[in-house]
Amino acid sequence: MIYVAEYKLKTPLSEADVRKLRVGDIVYLTGTIVTARDAAHRRMLDYLKEGKPIPVDLRGGVIYHCGPVVQKLGDQWIALAAGPTTSARMDLYEADVIKNFGVRMVIGKGGMGARTAQACREYGAVYAYFTGGAAVLAANAIKRVVRVEWLDLGIPEALWVFEVEDFGPLLITIDSEGRNLTEEVVEQAKKKREEVLKKLGVT
Amino acid sequence: MPSLEEFKEIIAKAVSETIERAAIYIPPDIKQALKRAYEEEVNPMAKSQLEAILKNIELAEKFKKPVCQDTGSIIYYVTVGYDFPGLRVLREALVEAVRRATKQVPLRPNTVDPFTGRNPGDNTGRYMPYIHLELVEGDGLEVTVVPKGGGSEGVSYLELPPPGEGVKAVKRVVVDAVLKAGSLPCPPTIVGVGVGGGADIAMYLAKKAACTRKIGTLNPDPVLYELEKELYEALNSLGIGPMGLGGKYTVLAVHVDYAHRHPAAMPVAVAFQCWATRRATVKINANGKYVIEQ
Repeated sequence: MIYVAEYKLKTPLSEADVRKLRVGDIVYLTGTIVTARDAAHRRMLDYLKEGKPIPVDLRGGVIYHCGPVVQKLGDQWIALAAGPTTSARMDLYEADVIKNFGVRMVIGKGGMGARTAQACREYGAVYAYFTGGAAVLAANAIKRVVRVEWLDLGIPEALWVFEVEDFGPLLITIDSEGRNLTEEVVEQAKKKREEVLKKLGVT
Repeated sequence: MPSLEEFKEIIAKAVSETIERAAIYIPPDIKQALKRAYEEEVNPMAKSQLEAILKNIELAEKFKKPVCQDTGSIIYYVTVGYDFPGLRVLREALVEAVRRATKQVPLRPNTVDPFTGRNPGDNTGRYMPYIHLELVEGDGLEVTVVPKGGGSEGVSYLELPPPGEGVKAVKRVVVDAVLKAGSLPCPPTIVGVGVGGGADIAMYLAKKAACTRKIGTLNPDPVLYELEKELYEALNSLGIGPMGLGGKYTVLAVHVDYAHRHPAAMPVAVAFQCWATRRATVKINANGKYVIEQ
């Protein structure tokens, strides 16, 4: 069964903040979130290996898998559309990023795999969905682009630091207890394969 | 009749407006299908996703902002008359339209050199925008713009089963493609299936069927009509649901197309169009007048 509760949380997040969250819960987030996609994740881990500091503090932080549409008006960047990207691509790096940088929440779409879920359990973090493609809904909750780092990676891949207010609804699909909702749903679907193929006259 | 120089400007302007229309406004057939899915969905999480989707479509229209931040790779499906007077400047104008739309809408710069990682920043590059060109009788031009998102593209699927398996192979490949794609292509999706031709032709047909055919249009081939219906029911019985959170609507439609195949091969390609179907068509006639439709 899915137990659903709704929370309004502020960043930085504490371990207790995220340990209480369960699959199916809805969160609205206020504070600071940082976007990162493949290239930024890779660079974070490269810097870590080389002992170089990264330009954002992710302790208690929130990573958002997103490559926004942005526009620069004078000195100020504006996020016009900022929905989530497919998180599966970041599975390669996310467990190490959670472990080494103290990230408490990862937001994206489409779910993440076993290694990331294991890191959530071990270090106290959660993974949440923002509805895929809902880019204007997301941009509306972004009050300000605080700054951008690593712009040399290109606009989609840079680290965008967003100040957000009631950013959500975020749906928890991986909690710190080891549940992974998307994986459960897809596993269920795979179990129906034989039955569906039979009905189609294939087997 | 406009001069060639004038035609270049007319096409660039008309097509950049068409890209803008596609990036911001979800076509009516898709909106209707999503509304129906929202009304019929009972799983509360699935419903919440569809609610956010519908709200987002409304907000995009209201604020005239791209409906999804992934404004895609620009793919053109062009039919042009042999006697269309702007034919000589068509290619340059189509590239220029992308540059303009990238600034004006704006679009996210999405063209990356696969080897150097360099992004030119204007959504152009080698073979980009991609132009599928078909020459027909007449003196008009019709350009369908598909800004194709990367999430749904990433789960494209191709198999070359032994031809002896026949239509059974088609069904199996489609089911497996949808299971493999799972939550990744932003379901509910439109599933395009291309059969025959060759590997590239099957994929071309699959993508074109997913991205350009309107939901609710009936396949004129009675065998394919039945196949589409059967696959639609089967895929939605898998229960992957909106965004892969469970529910009734994994797909909004299944569109099948085919080409005659080589005796030795039966390529089956599956392409996915995310719920955020971006598509618009402009028709330009020989005197330079144009109309944009969705």
